[in-house]
Amino acid sequence: MSNNERSEPAAGGFIARDRAWHPPAFHAPYKSTLKRSPQAALISLPTSLGEETGPVFGHSLLGEHDNDLLINFAKAGETAIGPRIIIHGRILDERGRGVPGALIEIWQANAGGRYRHKKEGYVAALDPNFGGCGRTISGEDGSYVFRTVQPGPYPWPNGMNDWRPAHVHFSVFGHAFAQRLITQMYFEGDPLIPLCPIVGSLPTTDAVETLVAALDKKQTLPMDALAYKFDIVLRGRRQTLFENRREGL
Amino acid sequence: MVQSLNAWRESPSQTAGPYVHIGCTPNAAGIEGIYAEDLGSSLISGPVAGKQIEVVGAVYDGTGTPLKDAMVEIWQADAAGLFNAANESRGKADENFTGFGRAACDQETGEFSFQTVKPGQVPWVDGRLQAPHITMWIVARGINIGLHTRMYFDDEASANADDPVLQRIEHQNRVPTLIASSEGASSEGQATYRFNIHLQGPNETVFFDM
Repeated sequence: MSNNERSEPAAGGFIARDRAWHPPAFHAPYKSTLKRSPQAALISLPTSLGEETGPVFGHSLLGEHDNDLLINFAKAGETAIGPRIIIHGRILDERGRGVPGALIEIWQANAGGRYRHKKEGYVAALDPNFGGCGRTISGEDGSYVFRTVQPGPYPWPNGMNDWRPAHVHFSVFGHAFAQRLITQMYFEGDPLIPLCPIVGSLPTTDAVETLVAALDKKQTLPMDALAYKFDIVLRGRRQTLFENRREGL
Repeated sequence: MVQSLNAWRESPSQTAGPYVHIGCTPNAAGIEGIYAEDLGSSLISGPVAGKQIEVVGAVYDGTGTPLKDAMVEIWQADAAGLFNAANESRGKADENFTGFGRAACDQETGEFSFQTVKPGQVPWVDGRLQAPHITMWIVARGINIGLHTRMYFDDEASANADDPVLQRIEHQNRVPTLIASSEGASSEGQATYRFNIHLQGPNETVFFDM
């Protein structure tokens, strides 16, 4: 890791997470939350050095094809099977500024809805040319891009007949551990989105809509790949407009 | 109506799901050949200052079963209390210590482990020194938003008693859930600490909103 690819940050702690916007720990229709959700209240405190700092991931971390899931697991000269898509967007903070140097890691099922995992039992076929993970680091303006196949929907053991909408998992590191976030990207127009108990853990339809990537026709590569745009917003820091006294904290 | 605050909302969290290992520790998940090594698999890249330690543990659900699909990340200061971060302004951290670790819980036992160094003390927002601690972040299927906790050390009783974060916990009988227990020396000779995380139950770990 190198220390030379990050700029600033200004003073001021991180803006508090809006816990009513995020999913609650317990959401009954998503059964796994029942025994995995803490029951006691979280202890709320201001961010301190340990939360306001974070590891630095330099571009030297990346291999040439890390952000290209079409070929990063494929045999030479072959590609993964499925609808070819580009996923692009920006990593922003709550003040709307691009976050450069953010590490973005993704994972997903293949085009048939099958993950490459030994505990995965869905009958859909594995694709020998698809591993299902990729990563990249955002540019100076916070922008990033992946190339992959559109994942398929798949059934999962929750209710008797629950299906996940097509989705891509995103893990994002900004500049501070307080910004650490894992979420999922859904696809515009997928009729399974409103039926999903995991999507349903989000308290509002406004929150759901922020996780649905739009078809971005202008970024489509003609005769090659559709494009979807997915921006991600990380926690931002308060601006220190006036020096404040911290004795009261 | 009033003027817009031009504020963006943080993207809402969604569970990491049962296959977070595919994305974050693919080699541990058996997907080899994409990344040379899993991110955060080693914190120490050369000779380091301070006491080298091993941290082990598991994450338990409300039935007492260890999670086998969880991922645990740690972030900590070096032995001098400095972070290997771009915005560390108090000095230069040990260049052979990243301070960041990531572990896939074992798919059979649920155990995680980290080879690290015992962190130094870091000031709280008011300047008081915090006791040595390691920040932890836990995700898994059934966890809708990553859980943030801290691991302290059982051989730092006086520093723990003065720690401004531990002092802020209303139910002081829950403080022991944040304190790792020394298990003596490992086969490699370094001290081992066990930190088990309980998502529910009478020993539910204290989790933070920071």
